[in-house]
Amino acid sequence: MELTEKMVANSATKLSAEEILEGKVLSVKWEPKLKYAWDNGPAIGRYLAELKNGKIIGKKCDKCHRIMIPPRMFCELCWVPTGEWVYVKDTGIVNTWIIGHVDWKAKRLDIKGGVRPITLSIIEIDGASKGMGILHHLGEVDPWKIHRGMKVKAVWKPPEERTGSITDIKYFKPIK
Amino acid sequence: MSKRVAIVGIGTTGFRATTPDVSYRELTYEAATKAYLEAGIEPKDVDAFVATSEDFLEGYSIADEYCPDQLGAVLKPIYSITGDVIHSLASAYMMILSGIGNIMVVQGLSKASNMLTLSDMVTFAMDPIYNRPLKESPHAVAGMEMARYMYETGTTREQIAKVVVKNKRNALTNDLAAHGVLIDLDYVLNSEVVSYPLTQMDISPHSDGAVVMVLAEEETAKALSKKPIWIRGIGWCSDTPGLETRNWGEAIYAQMAADMAYKMAGIRYPRKEINFAEINDEFSYKELQHLEAMRICKKGEAGPLTEIGGTEIGGEFPVNPSGGCLGVGNLFELNGGHTVLEVVRQLRGETGKNQLKNVTTGLAQSWRGVPTTTGTVAILSN
Ligand SMILES: [Zn+2]
Repeated sequence: MELTEKMVANSATKLSAEEILEGKVLSVKWEPKLKYAWDNGPAIGRYLAELKNGKIIGKKCDKCHRIMIPPRMFCELCWVPTGEWVYVKDTGIVNTWIIGHVDWKAKRLDIKGGVRPITLSIIEIDGASKGMGILHHLGEVDPWKIHRGMKVKAVWKPPEERTGSITDIKYFKPIK
Repeated sequence: MSKRVAIVGIGTTGFRATTPDVSYRELTYEAATKAYLEAGIEPKDVDAFVATSEDFLEGYSIADEYCPDQLGAVLKPIYSITGDVIHSLASAYMMILSGIGNIMVVQGLSKASNMLTLSDMVTFAMDPIYNRPLKESPHAVAGMEMARYMYETGTTREQIAKVVVKNKRNALTNDLAAHGVLIDLDYVLNSEVVSYPLTQMDISPHSDGAVVMVLAEEETAKALSKKPIWIRGIGWCSDTPGLETRNWGEAIYAQMAADMAYKMAGIRYPRKEINFAEINDEFSYKELQHLEAMRICKKGEAGPLTEIGGTEIGGEFPVNPSGGCLGVGNLFELNGGHTVLEVVRQLRGETGKNQLKNVTTGLAQSWRGVPTTTGTVAILSN
């Protein structure tokens, strides 16, 4: 038997958001309290501490010679402990990016009303190995002029405002 | 005849109340490195990996995606089981039997110390429509089950308290355990009531840690290990989740999981054919309830056996010589990994002061904790 539009209309219960919000149907409101305090470990711990210092640090694998960011205590490909810590530059090139018209809560941005689109990007960091990058926003740039391979540099928060977080970098901006 | 499968390497970090110096990545990396070293393999030799993760406990949605790196499983066949490590063990075991590969790796992890609102997370596991609005504490479920179990079996409060005394003492001589203490019956009986009859000392404290094991098919196992530990039977089972309809007195899930494993292992008289057991004692009474469900004791006999010392390290049927959850710590999805680890260590004669004499077959059992009715069992022999 084929399901027709009429059958659905006759059998389905139609509810509006208002009916739920006004309590006309049984609804349950529950806000889960999900709180975690993740231990960063030595690699991510130092990565964040160095961001507070205004620096980006990676770690080198002595076997495949990759300089990896974020740093890790072991090379996931060679299965050996990583070696020396290596500071990399706070410049890089755009690998890929978006011109986002919805925010992270899937809310549409008023682009026509003048709200700047979200320009999130993967930035390949100078001094780190190929494929090693940072996910961050691009700023001080016309979203429509972003291009693959565009050279960018980190714009840091002032030292007193840094907390040891990826947001200690405000965004990356184009450089010549 | 079916292929035989053995555990040929097992690694652990040991278990601590907190592990602030390392992330989950380094925890698993350490356990994996030890397991591979013991088995004499490298990640490239592994045909497939089975990890174990519970998103809400990890604090990551799709936590399984974060499992490959620290196992050396990048760009290799891997998936995660949302359940107990013995579920993952069963999955890896089946992959070997079905010819997918000869060498499999199973992983489990606990970073319990990182969960700041555990009670809320467990309450979130209750039915949202008709249970959660009552705002019960997760320990209410354990308290009600304990009361019903005591009523149906005649088990006394003192017999249950003896489980706590025994397991916390066993943990004192287990280098891997985090919560060993020397206490007496009165200390347990006088501890603060949480959900009467359940008291604070009846509840396992948490621990962090990781366990990784390497499984191999018979021929490979014999080549890799001088002391392969054979998986003779494995079983798992879930009762109805309904708080209103489940069996509150008996752990039927444990009975059915054990029956499945016994059948596979050809075991008819578990008390005679199995030498000892590492079983879930997340709440003290669960050790007794699980012993009876798995027919190691008749209904109502686990308490008296415990009372006369029959389940101690020198007893007739040692139970949780490691210290169990009460002494080692509640490891959540890793609990089954811990019971398997301890059975393997006993069967290889590697448990030091807690070593049992002349043991050839052990039972590892786990339960997914409140409010679940899911149990797992593995029977291992040396
Ligand atoms: Zn490498």
